[in-house]
Amino acid sequence: MGEIGDILTAIFLVVGGCFGLVGSFGLIKLRDPMSRLHAPTKATTLGVGGVLIASLIHSFVLEGYVSVHELLITLFLFLTAPVTALFLAKAHIHRHSEEEVLPSPGKDTCWAVLDERTSRQIIDEAEYGQDE
Amino acid sequence: MILSYALYFAFACFGLAVLMNLWKIITSEGVGDRVLALDTMVVNSIAILVLAGIQEGTEVFFEATMIIAMLGFVSTVAYARFMLRGNIIE
Repeated sequence: MGEIGDILTAIFLVVGGCFGLVGSFGLIKLRDPMSRLHAPTKATTLGVGGVLIASLIHSFVLEGYVSVHELLITLFLFLTAPVTALFLAKAHIHRHSEEEVLPSPGKDTCWAVLDERTSRQIIDEAEYGQDE
Repeated sequence: MILSYALYFAFACFGLAVLMNLWKIITSEGVGDRVLALDTMVVNSIAILVLAGIQEGTEVFFEATMIIAMLGFVSTVAYARFMLRGNIIE
């Protein structure tokens, strides 16, 4: 039992480490900023997931109980990684893209990130509020 | 035996990954790339802390890991918000 647990933990550790390394190497290697977003959000999250599964198996084999901490961390990371990626992509559209380059927004009238009128209005209101 | 070798391998992988993120933070031109590299560094440091927890056989590191995960998420969202709007709390 202990031998099998050790080998399983080692396998997950090696796989997780490889994925983490690939994710950070992709951050350097890829050319385009938006393709650079792929490497850390997918590969690195998977690498950390592998390490957490290894920790789960290790604590189960060694101490004989299922630790909930790893599950909590995994859940949190898998929830937050897409949100950060979405925010960074929005910021990139806001800073670098023109309205003509982007595809059509479909049913909506415009891209919300690039809507000059609404963002200008919000900033004006904020500045007006500070003056008061 | 095999477990300690695998632990050293994983430590080396994630340490190298953190060094690559540092290199990216230093050399990249845009703000967005730097924020992305910082976020990746936080995730890699979480992995290193979990590995230290496996090596030491304690549960103490998990609380630190949760705190670092939450701080990393909130700081990345705040940076992105600052890039979008110019201020964080309107």
